[in-house]
Amino acid sequence: MKKLLIWLPLALFLLVFALVVNGLIEPSDRIVRSAMVGKPLPALHLPPMLADRPGIDTKTWPKGKPRLLNVFASWCIPCVAEAPQLMKLKAAGVQIDAIAVRDTNPDVLAFLARNGDPYARIGDDRAMRAQLSLGSSGVPETFVIDSRGVIVDQHVGDIREEDVPKLLAALEKAK
Amino acid sequence: MRRALVPLVLVLAGAAQADSTLPASPLAYTQLADPDQEAQAKALMETLRCLVCQGQSIADSDADMAGEMRALVRQRIAAGERPAQVRKWLIERYGDYVTYDPPLSWVTAPLWIMPLLLLGLGVLLARRLFQRRAA
Repeated sequence: MKKLLIWLPLALFLLVFALVVNGLIEPSDRIVRSAMVGKPLPALHLPPMLADRPGIDTKTWPKGKPRLLNVFASWCIPCVAEAPQLMKLKAAGVQIDAIAVRDTNPDVLAFLARNGDPYARIGDDRAMRAQLSLGSSGVPETFVIDSRGVIVDQHVGDIREEDVPKLLAALEKAK
Repeated sequence: MRRALVPLVLVLAGAAQADSTLPASPLAYTQLADPDQEAQAKALMETLRCLVCQGQSIADSDADMAGEMRALVRQRIAAGERPAQVRKWLIERYGDYVTYDPPLSWVTAPLWIMPLLLLGLGVLLARRLFQRRAA
């Protein structure tokens, strides 16, 4: 019995060591994902941000074709990084709507002039109400909405080049 | 010297730009006129997690999003909603992670059951030890 007990401290050390190594190799996931994935779009009524296109109103949400709903802001730096990928998606025939979070008309105009303009509609979400309704916890985030108006997927963070095929596949599945 | 300062200035400029320049909603930093409602809202805010600054409650945080969440809580409480309804609304959107007062489920059950089990174990252990001493 005592001979075995001698090994106990080493065993405990190895246990703690394994725990620490595991934490280093695979840090815990701090992303808060929306619990709205799988549910229909919540009611949103956002006035248009720009004069040349409508805002976001779920009552008149176009169904029959899957769409992307991009949550962005002109003051958000990763949004600049993902802009080229959104332009690629637009070129592939994807309909992209947007929610501009805590933003102003001139700032959004300048942002689109500089980074490209992939959006069919842009809603003005001054008080983050639409963002909170969607269960979105930051910018940028992109929701995949299927042809019946149900949220089927969420991409948290900027869309990178390697995410484009994944989003296209998700849109294909959402038909 | 000037050249050495350039990266620092760039870093600071980036940080300054990472938030909106718009003012926060009025209710983010203003209490409700009704003290009862404000007390309810405050108690609720202290048990809701700030999603950008995880580990802080929305009552403690100055992040844009925490401010807007406080405004949302106050608006809904002022409109006559009960704190439990507001909490439920947020859980529906963000999951249990958003509340510091997690509901009882199979995943959280050990949090309540374990202390009781350990206490029972302690009582058993103590009884055996004391019996031995008496004998």
